[in-house]
Amino acid sequence: MANEVCLRFLGKETPWKLKNYQSYGGYEVLKKILSEKTPPAQIIEEMKTSNLRGRGGAGFPTGVKWGFINRDAPGKKYLVCNSDEGEPGTFKDRDILRYNPHQLVEGMIIAAYVIGANLGYNYIRGEFWNEYRRFQDAIDEAREAGLLGENILGSGFDFELHCHLGAGAYVCGEETALLESIEGKKGQPRFKPPFPAMVGLYGEPTIINNTESLASVPVILEKGGEWFKNLGVENSGGTKLFSISGNINNPGVFEVPMGIKFSELLEMAGGMKDGRPCKAVIPGGSSAPVIPGARMLDLTMDYDCIQKAGSMLGSGAVIVMDDRQCMVKVLERMSYFYYEESCGQCTPCREGTGWLYRVVSRIENGEGRMEDLDLLDDITPKISGRTICALGDAAAGPVQGMLRHFRDEFEYHITHKKCMV
Amino acid sequence: MSEQLVTIEIDGREVKAKAGAMLIDVADEAGIHIPRFCYHKKLSVSANCRMCLVEVEKVPRPLPACATPVNDGMKVKTQSPLAVTAQQGTMEFLLINHPLDCPICDQGGECELQDVAVGYGSDVCRYVEGKRVVADKNIGPLVATDLTRCIQCTRCVRFGAEIAGVRELGATGRGEHMQIGTYIEKSVDSELSGNIIDVCPVGSLTSKPFRFRARAWELVQRDAVAPHDSMGSNVHLHLRNGEIMRVVPKENEAVNECWLSDRDRYSYQGIYSEDRLTKPLVKKDGEWQEVDWKEALEAAANGLKAAAGGDGDQLAALVSPNSTQEEIWLAKKLLQGMGSDNIDYRLRQGDFRPGQPDRPWLGMAIAELEELDAVLIIGANPRQDQPLLGHRLRKAAMKGATITYINPLQLVLNYRSSQWVTTPAGMLEELAAVGKGLNLRRGIIAQTKAEDRHKALAASLKEAGKAAVLLGPMALAHPDASMIWGLADAVAESSGATLGLLPEAANSTGAGMICEAENNGKVRELLENPRKGYLLCNLEPSLDLHDPALAGKAFDKAEFVVALSAFRGDSLDAAADVQLPLATFGETSGTFVNAAGDWQSFAGAAKPLGEARPGWKILRVLGNVLEISGFDQDDCGQVLAEIEESLAGRKPENKVKVDVNEERWMPAEGMARIGDVPIYAADPLVRRASALQETVHHVEAAVRINAETAKGLGLEEGGQALVSQGDGQATLPVVIDETVPANCARVQSALAGTEKLGAAFGAVTLTKA
Ligand SMILES: Cc1cc2nc3c(=O)[nH]c(=O)nc-3n(C[C@H](O)[C@H](O)[C@H](O)COP(=O)(O)O)c2cc1C
Ligand code: SF4
Ligand code: FES
Repeated sequence: MANEVCLRFLGKETPWKLKNYQSYGGYEVLKKILSEKTPPAQIIEEMKTSNLRGRGGAGFPTGVKWGFINRDAPGKKYLVCNSDEGEPGTFKDRDILRYNPHQLVEGMIIAAYVIGANLGYNYIRGEFWNEYRRFQDAIDEAREAGLLGENILGSGFDFELHCHLGAGAYVCGEETALLESIEGKKGQPRFKPPFPAMVGLYGEPTIINNTESLASVPVILEKGGEWFKNLGVENSGGTKLFSISGNINNPGVFEVPMGIKFSELLEMAGGMKDGRPCKAVIPGGSSAPVIPGARMLDLTMDYDCIQKAGSMLGSGAVIVMDDRQCMVKVLERMSYFYYEESCGQCTPCREGTGWLYRVVSRIENGEGRMEDLDLLDDITPKISGRTICALGDAAAGPVQGMLRHFRDEFEYHITHKKCMV
Repeated sequence: MSEQLVTIEIDGREVKAKAGAMLIDVADEAGIHIPRFCYHKKLSVSANCRMCLVEVEKVPRPLPACATPVNDGMKVKTQSPLAVTAQQGTMEFLLINHPLDCPICDQGGECELQDVAVGYGSDVCRYVEGKRVVADKNIGPLVATDLTRCIQCTRCVRFGAEIAGVRELGATGRGEHMQIGTYIEKSVDSELSGNIIDVCPVGSLTSKPFRFRARAWELVQRDAVAPHDSMGSNVHLHLRNGEIMRVVPKENEAVNECWLSDRDRYSYQGIYSEDRLTKPLVKKDGEWQEVDWKEALEAAANGLKAAAGGDGDQLAALVSPNSTQEEIWLAKKLLQGMGSDNIDYRLRQGDFRPGQPDRPWLGMAIAELEELDAVLIIGANPRQDQPLLGHRLRKAAMKGATITYINPLQLVLNYRSSQWVTTPAGMLEELAAVGKGLNLRRGIIAQTKAEDRHKALAASLKEAGKAAVLLGPMALAHPDASMIWGLADAVAESSGATLGLLPEAANSTGAGMICEAENNGKVRELLENPRKGYLLCNLEPSLDLHDPALAGKAFDKAEFVVALSAFRGDSLDAAADVQLPLATFGETSGTFVNAAGDWQSFAGAAKPLGEARPGWKILRVLGNVLEISGFDQDDCGQVLAEIEESLAGRKPENKVKVDVNEERWMPAEGMARIGDVPIYAADPLVRRASALQETVHHVEAAVRINAETAKGLGLEEGGQALVSQGDGQATLPVVIDETVPANCARVQSALAGTEKLGAAFGAVTLTKA
């Protein structure tokens, strides 16, 4: 039951070519919608039924989000796809861009049709040069075939799509920073409200979705929302792409039904390297608090289960660590990331991420003091929930998780000035 | 949007507010203080400092009051444990990388961070790592940077983008490395740049001239009115031991809001310039000698009396429109006492044909400029002439007003507008064509052709909810100023627009009311037919008059010239026989009437330098020495009362009675001089303000022509040109400047090197020197 949605053509002959994509049945849903002029409200209902929750990390129901835009209101509207994929551990959207770009194009045209947008952008991570080229080729092919541009397939609907290559800032994956970046400004998140659906790109109503969310659309509409929903579990419809990495034998991207057992996923990824025990797992990208391995092996991969375990499913990036990993070092690396990637506009994140990193780094380097752990406990809640965007929470989460589950390792580090492992 | 009122509760108090208003504004209104740094009532909300976090019932996280709109029934707690820990948390974060060396910081004692830290900071620092250090940048002579102190609130950045209208400062770098700067090493050149000092809550941006010269608590604050343009910006003078150490804006929403132009902020340096006149001087056998006041006043009185020789008409007074009402009034009274009506203040005007408004003014309140939907501006460069009036016009433009300029120069503007750039003679044609577009047929309008743009402008003036036709200093200095008034009036009248003037000086409007220009002297006539005795008040003949060559000759011929002046200068030294040291800005009490007709009085605050005395006192005593009656006022207020009584409620008005069929004095053919006044050359005080003279706006006399004109004359950039006007000549460097229309030479006035030239606007010839 793997690879049924976004990666459904994996293994087939060059599915990124328009000709092949079409021969496998691609663009049929779009054709149907445009020729039958399916009412947008009906598509939104279908999306709601599917229970597709945004795959960018926050898990907001896609159908609900689309409903925020009044298609018939006068003025411009925009559709933006978020292919920034900056969250450490996440590399799933890359595979969609690589292997199934036309499905994303098709999904974007349908989404644009639903919200009444005539212009869209796909914001692609700066380092994804090859994927950017491939997606651009797909756009060019689609335009050539009359699938993009004016009067698509004679339907009277216009939609133009552009690629925008990022420049390497993680924060530009945050949807409003991404909009600023497209506008040519410094990528800094905007204060919300107003949300992009009200005031988005160039001040106009805008819908932003993750690559995986949008690429899922054609299949959901082809096979029905009910079908998609039933692939997954309660509250987590469909399948999900997991990028699994770390101390495992076969790291990679796996498209599997929501609610799959973590142990099964681990097995698909070849199991633990050298047969070592699973010490810790970060289940949803570096922003998600760590979960001890033993605990993780009992969990299923869906929003509710992971959340109950004190973490989050996030972007579906699973980082697996064995008993050779020092949690202090791991945290130091992650804290360094947030320290470097904070956009710098709001005080708790700008100042707090640097402070967190320096304290963790001090502990890692044998200069920690016992009070430092209380200090970390004290600083993190002063960052999370008090910033403009969720990067502040993302920086605080890992620290809180590590101290919750591996405090003894930190204490050991402080007293013995070396790693426990 | 909605004017609907809602009721909310802040700290248990019921407060009414407009739906959608930001919580911080509502709290401020109610007198409930919420700490803040990035919030500024005139700037967009950025909600980045997180100092204003408060608790809102039913919301689990604290919310920023500056970015949270109120809605009905909202319950807010600014002092709850949730709110206070959030505020204290932010405070701690802000301080970890802050130097905390307030004793050596220029902002110490008037720092928002310091103040808020007292309330929300802890006395123990838990951050033991090294602090961030940021290299300072040189952003010009006015603003000093100490960027290590920056708390990244971005107020300065938003000020540039939103108020100054030029993005000169920005934030580069991410996270902790985020820095304020110009990106590429460059100065901040906006005419409003000094305001970034005020918006900066910490000591990151401070006044370069003031820096480290005094501490906030040593300063005494006094109110005053800025002495340059016709805005009448309200200011605070900060004094130490009677010396003005700096000038900062005093908030007055109806006038300058909370801003100040750089000219008004930094000109105080001129007060203490080296060529300040501090002792009375009398010319004896061609040599200047310092004398005591008694001798000087007697010499002045006797000299004037002798020059008049019993014929009052042989005396004339030229007073600067930067003089106070009281000074102008007493000068007028003094002359009247000696049988003369010859007083005028229109120093930079060349055309005095009748029918021009007697007491011209803006025609509306300053804030009303913002409400205009369509504006036609003729012969003006507000960013240079009245920077904050320019800011109001920018606001109108940002709200969508269509603004059209008819000018002999392409202006550098910071908003969308149409600029019709033409020769001085062409300005009349353009204006007449707009009249034609309104279907007028009078005078020269009949001979012009209205093109589409003229018709479109005519229509937009007519259809606009609020429209205005505004004249500026270049229109008044135009050889056909009266025709411009006539045409502008015709256009305004038939389109339903308000006619107004953007007056050049602090008291132009007031001076007009006292001088009753129509009935009294006219500068040009008073110089063309030289009088035997002159009284000059607060001006330098070679720099402050429309036609310095003409003035020079008149004063040469005169038997006796008395000058009240705050400064010494070559042209006064040459022209005068007695120089009486005048108290200047900050040192004298008095009243200015601004463009909008607001009378604003101020008291003397600083000790006049040396033996300088307030002008009204000098004139009062001179009246006594001359034994003229009515010179026994004990204070400035009594003089003001006299003026008010005499004006009997008379208001400024723009009544025009010009036949738009008059002879045109500006030749249509040949080279025309454009003699506008550079921003920092406008009056004796600003010309001596040293830091302003170091900015990019300081200019030296030059001939600015476009490349095509230069080619035709065989001139090139860097070469020299001989400029001739009548028998006045000057050799000046050539600068190629594409903002100047063909067949025009921009030879700016009020600059050293142009003393021998004639009228600021008029025919001129250029040859290679
Ligand atoms: C710091 C930060 C980085 C983010 N990076 C990404 C990203 O790389 N890709 C992405 O799809 N969403 C990212 N997001 C989430 C987006 O803001 C947004 O929620 C998402 O694109 C919405 O799409 P969805 O509803 O389809 O999930 C990020 C959020 C934050 C706060
Ligand atoms: S939380 Fe961090 S990344 Fe997000 S806006 Fe604030 S400073 Fe920028
Ligand atoms: S004042 Fe509200 S966040 Fe700065």
